[in-house]
Amino acid sequence: MAELSFTKEELEQIEKIKAKFPEVKPATLPVLWVAQNKFGHVKPDVQKLVAETLGLPESHVHGVATFYTQYYKEEMGKFVLDVCTCLSCQLCGGYDILHHLEEKLGINVGETTDDGMFSLQEVECLGACGYAPMLQVTNGQYVNNLTKEKVDKLIEDLKSGKKPEFESMKMPQLEKRNQAAS
Amino acid sequence: MASDWKSYEPILIPDIPGLEKIDVYEENGGYEALKKVLQKEKWSPKEVTKEVKAANIRGRGGAGFNAGLKWSFMPEPDGGPRFLACNGDESEPGTFKDRKIFEYNPHLFIEGAVIAAYAMSITTIYVYIRGEYISWVDMFQKAVDDAYDKGYLGENILGTDYSVDLEVTYGAGAYICGEETAMLESLEGKRGYPRVKPPFPAQKGLWGRPTTINNIETLSNVPLVINRGADWYTGVGAEDHPGPVLYGISGHVNQPGVYEYPSGVPVMDLINDVAGGIRGGKELKALIPGGSSTPVLRADQLEGVTMNAESLREAGSMMGTAGMVVMDEDTDMVDVLWRIAHFYHHESCGQCTPCREGTGWLEKVLIKIKNGEGEIKDLDLLLDLTNQMEGRTICALADAAAWPVRHTINRFRDEFEAKCKKSVHAVA
Ligand SMILES: Cc1cc2nc3c(=O)[nH]c(=O)nc-3n(C[C@H](O)[C@H](O)[C@H](O)COP(=O)(O)O)c2cc1C
Ligand code: SF4
Ligand code: FES
Repeated sequence: MAELSFTKEELEQIEKIKAKFPEVKPATLPVLWVAQNKFGHVKPDVQKLVAETLGLPESHVHGVATFYTQYYKEEMGKFVLDVCTCLSCQLCGGYDILHHLEEKLGINVGETTDDGMFSLQEVECLGACGYAPMLQVTNGQYVNNLTKEKVDKLIEDLKSGKKPEFESMKMPQLEKRNQAAS
Repeated sequence: MASDWKSYEPILIPDIPGLEKIDVYEENGGYEALKKVLQKEKWSPKEVTKEVKAANIRGRGGAGFNAGLKWSFMPEPDGGPRFLACNGDESEPGTFKDRKIFEYNPHLFIEGAVIAAYAMSITTIYVYIRGEYISWVDMFQKAVDDAYDKGYLGENILGTDYSVDLEVTYGAGAYICGEETAMLESLEGKRGYPRVKPPFPAQKGLWGRPTTINNIETLSNVPLVINRGADWYTGVGAEDHPGPVLYGISGHVNQPGVYEYPSGVPVMDLINDVAGGIRGGKELKALIPGGSSTPVLRADQLEGVTMNAESLREAGSMMGTAGMVVMDEDTDMVDVLWRIAHFYHHESCGQCTPCREGTGWLEKVLIKIKNGEGEIKDLDLLLDLTNQMEGRTICALADAAAWPVRHTINRFRDEFEAKCKKSVHAVA
């Protein structure tokens, strides 16, 4: 396997991150993000690259990478579906959505489809409780107010390369804003 | 407070299209509070703190501590760095309000943070946002860039000799990083392990330097206090917890969402009038009033209860984050409690034995009961466990895990017993 490395642009980005803090260590989390966005995971070889780039011990970077759930410690599917089943989502059918996805994708939660397209995970509250049930696609877009139909459409869209659109969470109280937005 | 909340016009997130843009914010009186303090009336930092303390803005992160009082704990400046760490980790189940501020009125928060920074002679503001909110991190960063361009952040703000930087950073998935000292550890680039207190962050916070931690919504209230005065602010809503509140209403209601009203609105009005009542015309069974750690209340305990500290305490719960989770008559309380216990077990950082082991046991025993294999004595085991967990740990996560178990069992005892197998202990 080829030696992993950051490009010149990425290294410049990393310098900017370092400049936000009085020490190097605080750059660990943001630089792990830079690495994951590039390589799709932070397996040990990526952790090593981050440690070397920042001049920090590998054990430190490993400790951080393994503490936080959003860092992928193994290779994941092209799309990672993080279904919230926590309190409000549970009440509003989060588990039905999760089980529907298991059936539809033919995998269990925690697994990746054979074609490498989808990984399915169950996650804790994503701070979108008023739009339950919901899921997040690969640490990015929130998809709210899920129904089985909406999930089916999402899967078809993702398969055909169509990314979900940003869903603004309207505040029912703000009539003028909602009008202006629609 | 009777029904006068109905005529209330939002002020934290007013109904002004495009308010997230700095020009629109300025056209609508934005950054006037900052100008008043720094330029026009030249308040001293102590005067700012005094006014905010008098307003009694109670921390919206869950603990309800008076913001100005907290600021006054900062030691005198010694020429070294001092920090304000803004808590945008928002991960307490049922809570989804701070994200609205990032999306709809980010400059109100920035303005509040700069005023707070001035009051405490802060040199750098860090805004720590949960990693899952990456879309909102980007939105917020744009607002910060605009504030720099206009001279509200950076060197010599508004031409005065006060300078402060604001750096945006974000996490990577860990509820515990919302606990203030865990957030500091995470900001320092480490695993999010809460710190033993004392020393308190005001003495030794980020990199051992004086630091104050405030929630996003808390700081967003600061410009309101400066513009209209503490006297006005304390007259909004309930006396013991004044000011506007972002109520996040979720669960079995017709119109879930975040709503802004004064504190002290009757709980039943919020459920029925604001959030459109229970879905499918069903009956209300229970309410978790302020995020998953606040004790659940049965429908019959809600009569006359209002959303403020005192009324909720009398009813047997807490204000927390005002994240109200509404449950209808068909809700299985054993299932709900198991899911809450699962959350705290999953999120315990594992440093303290009573929390690490306790949250694990709570979940294990609740699964047993949920699967119909529990016995009545297991309920007492659970209650006993909560006593062993409470007040014996580094941070309040163990308490937050224990309270819902104790109160849900006590308030829905029949339902829990019905799920348990008949056993010899049940008869005794
Ligand atoms: C386990 C745990 C999780 C917490 N999570 C959050 C959070 O997500 N957001 C927040 O603002 N405060 C959270 N808090 C409260 C903070 O520790 C702290 O009290 C708060 O940020 C202070 O700001 P305030 O006084 O303005 O509310 C949490 C506390 C505990 C014990
Ligand atoms: S109480 Fe729990 S979450 Fe808090 S420090 Fe101890 S083990 Fe960690
Ligand atoms: S419970 Fe699912 S987003 Fe909060």
